[in-house]
Amino acid sequence: MLLTISTTAPPATDLGFLLHKHPGRVQRFGQSFGEATVFYPEADERRCTAALLLDVDPVALARSRGKGSPDFSLSQYVNDRPYAASSLLAVALADVFRTARAGRCAARPELASTPLPLEIRLPALPCRGGPELAGRLFAPLGWRVTAEPVPLDEGFPEWGDSRYVRLTLDGTVRLADALNHLYVLLPVLDEAKHYWIAPDEIDKLIRAGEGWLRDHPERDLIVRRYMGRRWTMARAALARLAELGDETEEQLEPAVAEDAPPGRTAGDEAAAAEAGAETEEPAAEPAKRKPLNTQRRQAVLETLEELGAVSVIDLGCGQGELVGALLSRPRFARVGGMDVSPMALTIAARKLKLERMPDAKRARLTLFQGALTYTDKRLAGYDAAVLMEVIEHVDPPRLAALERVVFGHAKPAHVLVTTPNVEYNVRYEFLTGLRHADHRFEWTRAEFAAWAEGVAARHGYRVAFRPVGEEDPEVGPPTQMGVFTRD
Amino acid sequence: MISVPELSLVVLVGVSGSGKSTFAARHFAPTQVISSDFCRGLVSDDENDQSATPAAFDLLHHIVGVRLARGLFTVVDATNVQYAARKSLIDLARKHDVLADAIVLDVPEEVAVERNAGRPDRDFGARVVIRQRKELRRSLGKISRDGFRKVHVLRGAGQIDQAVISYEKAWSDKRELTGPFDVIGDVHGCRAELETLLAELGWRGLSHPEGRTAVFVGDLVDRGPDTPGVLRLVMSMVAAGTAICVAGNHEQKLVRALAGRDVKVAHGLQESLDQLAAEPPEFVESARAFMDGLLSHYVLDEGRLVVAHAGLKEAYHGRASGRVRSFALYGDTTGETDEYGLPVRYPWAEEYRGRAMVVYGHTPTVQPEWVNNTICLDTGCVFGGHLTALRYPERELVQVPAEKVWYESVKPLGGPVRDAVMLDIGDVQGTRHVETRFGGRIKVAEENAAAALEVMSRFAVDPRWLVYLPPTMAPSQTSALDGYLEHPDEAFAEFAEAGVTEVVCEEKHMGSRAVAVLARTPEVAAARFGVTDGSAGTVYTRTGRPFFGDLTPLVDRLRQACEPLWEALGSDWVALDCELLPWSAKAGQLIRTQYAAVGAAARAALPEAVSALEAAAGRGLEVSELLERTRRRAGNAALFRDAYARYCWPVDGLEGVRLAPFQILACEGRATALEPHAWHLSTLALLDSPIIAPTRHMFVSLDSPSSRAEATAWWESMTAAGGEGMVVKPAAHTGGRVQPGVKVRGREYLRIIYGPDYTESLDVLRKRFLGKKRSLALREHALGLEALSRLADGEAGWRVHEPVFAVLALESEPVDPRL
Repeated sequence: MLLTISTTAPPATDLGFLLHKHPGRVQRFGQSFGEATVFYPEADERRCTAALLLDVDPVALARSRGKGSPDFSLSQYVNDRPYAASSLLAVALADVFRTARAGRCAARPELASTPLPLEIRLPALPCRGGPELAGRLFAPLGWRVTAEPVPLDEGFPEWGDSRYVRLTLDGTVRLADALNHLYVLLPVLDEAKHYWIAPDEIDKLIRAGEGWLRDHPERDLIVRRYMGRRWTMARAALARLAELGDETEEQLEPAVAEDAPPGRTAGDEAAAAEAGAETEEPAAEPAKRKPLNTQRRQAVLETLEELGAVSVIDLGCGQGELVGALLSRPRFARVGGMDVSPMALTIAARKLKLERMPDAKRARLTLFQGALTYTDKRLAGYDAAVLMEVIEHVDPPRLAALERVVFGHAKPAHVLVTTPNVEYNVRYEFLTGLRHADHRFEWTRAEFAAWAEGVAARHGYRVAFRPVGEEDPEVGPPTQMGVFTRD
Repeated sequence: MISVPELSLVVLVGVSGSGKSTFAARHFAPTQVISSDFCRGLVSDDENDQSATPAAFDLLHHIVGVRLARGLFTVVDATNVQYAARKSLIDLARKHDVLADAIVLDVPEEVAVERNAGRPDRDFGARVVIRQRKELRRSLGKISRDGFRKVHVLRGAGQIDQAVISYEKAWSDKRELTGPFDVIGDVHGCRAELETLLAELGWRGLSHPEGRTAVFVGDLVDRGPDTPGVLRLVMSMVAAGTAICVAGNHEQKLVRALAGRDVKVAHGLQESLDQLAAEPPEFVESARAFMDGLLSHYVLDEGRLVVAHAGLKEAYHGRASGRVRSFALYGDTTGETDEYGLPVRYPWAEEYRGRAMVVYGHTPTVQPEWVNNTICLDTGCVFGGHLTALRYPERELVQVPAEKVWYESVKPLGGPVRDAVMLDIGDVQGTRHVETRFGGRIKVAEENAAAALEVMSRFAVDPRWLVYLPPTMAPSQTSALDGYLEHPDEAFAEFAEAGVTEVVCEEKHMGSRAVAVLARTPEVAAARFGVTDGSAGTVYTRTGRPFFGDLTPLVDRLRQACEPLWEALGSDWVALDCELLPWSAKAGQLIRTQYAAVGAAARAALPEAVSALEAAAGRGLEVSELLERTRRRAGNAALFRDAYARYCWPVDGLEGVRLAPFQILACEGRATALEPHAWHLSTLALLDSPIIAPTRHMFVSLDSPSSRAEATAWWESMTAAGGEGMVVKPAAHTGGRVQPGVKVRGREYLRIIYGPDYTESLDVLRKRFLGKKRSLALREHALGLEALSRLADGEAGWRVHEPVFAVLALESEPVDPRL
């Protein structure tokens, strides 16, 4: 909430002309969530510093939002907005220094178009991606960047650093450019915006990025983060339950991510986000070949065709990729899709264009919410059931319930189960831990085989195993598939 | 006098103008009568639009079907002069397993024609009546063969006018018999064991000194050594009015054999035939008549108990049809046979969700087990197992061992049923109304259930352990005292106003809410909760998540700490409501990403803002107000940091973790949550272990100002030292709309909730709305008590899960999370 801009270009007090704010005055500007004050802690010929202090009223901030806001949760009350240099500060800066940001200065026109020695300080800049990212974003623009991490709590050194940095930018830069850099990059580093992202946002970005954004080496990351993750669904209920359980919201990400998933598995989150909407796997090698999820879907479809299944239910259908693929093949006369997440089902319905689906196709499809730990009559009566990358999201003690629901009660003639082969994980360069934050386990081929054969024996099935994805001579395929057939 | 079954479909038959509607209006309630004219009107806006007739009958069949499914007596008012029309109604009745009676109104043609002529809306003239009359006359001769239970024909206006309707109870309806009962499993000719069992149960001859009634689940005969002896004894008891008996499949077959029908003699039938051959023919005949007259099931004790030989699903209770009888005698089968050539039984009990207890036999098992409020008492006495009785309503099992193996079983006796706790999606999904004994009927909205389903199935512990979820708790009414948002005064005032005289104030530990379910041994856990993975307990959060990845070390320590409770409670297991300390043990990540981060940003930014403002002030700029305010906020940020840091301490494994139990939720046979708090606190004081943190508390007499003042001073001193605050609860369980407890949080602690600077904007924050939170707290509390009561009563897993799930669903409603 504090930004200082200093210059040492003599006479330094000309900064007042450039900013259109008199160094001898204290000026206040009403903002939607508080008040911005511009004053000069120092102003002489050698050095002049303008300070923008944004006093955010957290109560007003919280109250301005309806229940439908995407973050109806405690975080909107106890949050860093009053202290951190966020989009609130960026907006205040754009408003208060509007003329300066446009590069206009009637009194000193030549100064406005001249790069000046500037020092910009932000004592608490939220910087998701670490201090190093601040360097990657500002350095190409001509700044010397000093980003010192702020420790979380001196009393608990084991907690490490916070996501904030104390940022100092030094450089000889046009003032208008400097202001535009801040306007765009503050919310990018924060990776959050306090307002809904409207369609005109792209125009604002292009205007503010004129002259520097196009050739910025991190342009894609800047654009993607600036535009924000567009959650079209409120996650209010899930977020609220998370809080009661003392969980953080991040842990409650739906098992499916909409649009770009947050990069959690690969070292470089940008790469993961760009790898595509559906993939959970980190990119093991340059993305030339088919993504693993596509190969997996292909393998499942081929197996189903081979088995001669006519009716198929996808248990844990997520956003309905497999369901869509099944529907596009007329041989599958009846297609079911079940997921536990109402949000996933809403997205699936939208992606499948359920509302506009022709009657004949619509009649082949049943889409519903259900959970694999509850018996459910709706699961019965299909030739085949598919559990594609589902079992690893179930806590091991609950697998017995899943087993009874699918193999004991629904009892389709065939069940296809795919799950990661954990042995293959060594082939993922950036992977630490499991392939997805919600995976409760990942099995070796032997572990999967042991489980599958036990299930088959208990419920009168035979099981065969197939590799999915390119098989590595040493560690096997990235995904393993069990094909169960009832005796 | 026309006598119809209480639950039946009555089909009126008569030509247009025969007076059916008048007759129906005189004898039946308007809602019981579904008329084709009415339905025609609904689908066409014109009761006489004949083109709408097919649609009208579709609707009529639908309405009648829904009523019959719900067990409602229904009358169809339509001409029904054609066989096809009557047949479709009889089929409908059969589909719902109810009997159908016909009442024929046979009036002279001219009377009908004249009546129609008097009604301007019936302008179809005499020819329609004449045609209908012809059809009726053609039907009359053979209508009794249509499939009606009875056809009542009323001839002429006189008989029609004088008719009186009476109702007969279903034969299976013995709801007026309220017991107590001794329900006895499959005897199969084991007379000696039966006599021993009756003696064990306290019977003296044919009667019980306490007036108990014996209920035999059938299969008295075959295989065993003395079928005639068993029959003689049971027939005498039934004749004496001290026993009732339902038919088993073996009686059924024996009757057919005795009647000379061609039956395959197997499964021990030969023994019965041989033994009966040695008996006098009069006895054989009376035994045959007895067995032939046995009903397939009884509904007893106001509908709370159903006895049938092979069990009975809920839709069939009190119904009558061939398939009901067949289900009761042979059970539900999948249509497949197993490796012994015996039919594979369909596990109907697993799906059973009825409120009535169903007691049956038929399938021999080693040990009787409750499955969703049903129990099979066949423990294979004739195969050398036991003869088992169930005392009802006590739910006690009494067994005597077989004297020997009287008959070799083709297949081994069934093992224990372990699927009993399998939950069905129908138990939780959709809009639901949960009946609770302490809070009436509580509605769960569909979208809340959907959200809860996701959380429950993705994150919660095994539902067998998840016997309770703690309700939310409202804060006290907002205080008007300067500097305070919450203060004990309001809590005391609220309870005093509700008529409560004594409350208890319990320290809040600022841990994480935890429920601990602990069994003395893994064997107890298996027997009581049906968990067979060797675990002996669990500790979960208020959304049902396991507290730690591996719970075993914590559970083991807690079980050890709880040793004194086993004896004190007379129970091998216990469920405790607790707080787990420190807060950072579970909430570490939340504290770091949320609270510590805010503190870090504040401590980085505010001092720089202060020094910038000081520099400006040094230059003579007028920033004094802003400087003052920013300094204050810097101070608030420091207080905020202290507020959370107080509840964080490093935890190494379990070292440092402590549990503060404050209520004993339930133990064997008791929903102890209903006990007064003095009992909870004194019983929990028996625990003496480093892992247990005591809960400091103070009882307050609300009539005494000094008692109130003392508690307020206690709260002041606790919260001034940074304590979270306290919970104020009525000292004993209080029903109605009285909150089970309210929290009064400390001034410094509230910075964690309302933000570091909340003390700057108290006036705005005082406008908070508590109504929804308080209403939720009451509903969730009632659901919690319901879950515990069902658990204590030994009800089926799905019955316990239902209110637990409902608590989670209600918790997904958006409420100001700061309350």
